[in-house]
Formats: sequence, C-alpha cells, structure tokens
Amino acid sequence: MIFLAALLLFIIGLYCVIATFNLMRLLIGLELMIKAVTLLIIYVGYLNGHLALAQAMIITLIVIEVVVMVVAVGVVLGLHRYHNSLNTKYIKMLKG
Amino acid sequence: MNDLDLLILVAMTLTALWTVMGRSLLRAALGLALTSAILSIMIYRMTAPLAAAFELSVCSGLISVIFITTISLTQPLTMSEVYEHARRRISRFWPLPLILVFTIIIVIMSEIKITLPLPTPAVENDVRQVLWYLRPQDIIGQLAILLAGAYGVVILFREQKKK
Repeated sequence: MIFLAALLLFIIGLYCVIATFNLMRLLIGLELMIKAVTLLIIYVGYLNGHLALAQAMIITLIVIEVVVMVVAVGVVLGLHRYHNSLNTKYIKMLKG
Repeated sequence: MNDLDLLILVAMTLTALWTVMGRSLLRAALGLALTSAILSIMIYRMTAPLAAAFELSVCSGLISVIFITTISLTQPLTMSEVYEHARRRISRFWPLPLILVFTIIIVIMSEIKITLPLPTPAVENDVRQVLWYLRPQDIIGQLAILLAGAYGVVILFREQKKK
C-alpha cells in the first residue's frame, strides 16, 4: 500500500510539472515527487532492516532539496523581476 | 499496516491532490506543507524519528516559508485574470483524478508483488554512527552543496542589484 501511495504521489507531482505554466507550481510538483522518493527510501529501509542508513540518506536528500529549492526560488524571483510574470513561456525568451 | 496507516496514506494523497488542483497559489504552498507534515507522521510511524523531525521542520516549515515569501513578493493577478486562469487550469487538470483512479485499479488488478531481500534486521542502529563513520562522504557532499547554494543565492541577488 505504501508503494501505491508513493506511486500516486509521484504521478501527482509529475502531472503538475507537465501540465502547469506557473514556475511556483512547477517547484511544488517537483517537491511532491521528492516526497514520493522520501517515502520509498524510508519504506525500503524499514523493510530490509537498514533504517539508520535510510534515515542518513533522507537527511542528505532533505539538505539537497532545500538548497535546490532556495536557488530555484532565487531564479524564479529573478525571472519575475524581468518579465513581471511567473509564466514558463517567458523562459523561451532567454538568451543562449 | 493497520487502518491508521491506511488513513494517513489516503490523507496524504488527497492533500497532494488538493495542492495540485487548487486555484490559489498560496493554498498550494500550504497544501504542500500539510502533505509534508502528514508524510512526517508516516515516517515517524515507521520508527524513523530523526528523518521525521527533519521532514517536519525543514520541508514542512522552512520550504513553506520560502514558498510563501516568494509568492508574496510576486505580483498578484487581477480578479478577471484569476477567473480566466482558473478556467484554463480546470481544463488542464481534470484528467489527473482519472489517471489516479486508473493507476489504483491497474495496481490492484495486476496484484504486483514486490519481494525485497531481507537481510539480518537492524544492521546498523544509530543514525549518527552511520553518518559519521559509514557515510562521511555524504557530510562532505552536504557541506559542499550548502556552500554552493549560498554562493548561488549571493550571485543571483548581486547581479540583480547591479542591474
């Protein structure tokens, strides 16, 4: 059942990333996918007896997640400052 | 797994669905925090208290604060734009509940059995021992990523200030 819940959570996040045009909602979808992975790692650690190792991995995952989100939010704010919008269509207008 | 675990998993999935389907961006951020809090309850029930505490404090707390601050810094839409946006969102997101229902039906009907190798239980007991002695490279990686993140944010805001 936990595998099914993690699968559903991942599908919800993936659909959000695919279907939305809002940069903040895109980050929220990414967060939901990371939550699914977190749940799976802990569950596998719980099943095979390596719970401490799973917790250590979760701590690393959370640290990486926070840094990625902070930098992504900085990029979103920068884009909003230039285009006055959070729409992903404006990213096509970047140089390079 | 008992009924309470099942209830927690259903609540977590419904909250995630509400997060994605909801109209307001602020409510989406709050929904994400709620999903994270429910996930931390589930993690705690799987006897992983340290990971649960991290999930609750960092993911449910810090990331929500960052998201809400960002949303408050961006320009709000007018009422007509909100209604137009909501109409378009419904047309894009209505297949999601159907996809979830189909996934549940397929998984239940196919009766997927995942067999995991079960080694000796509790190979390592203490998270601190694992972090410091078994996986010290993870700590170095965490420090490097934190420094890189801090440097990235400094660069981003310095360029904005210059321009």
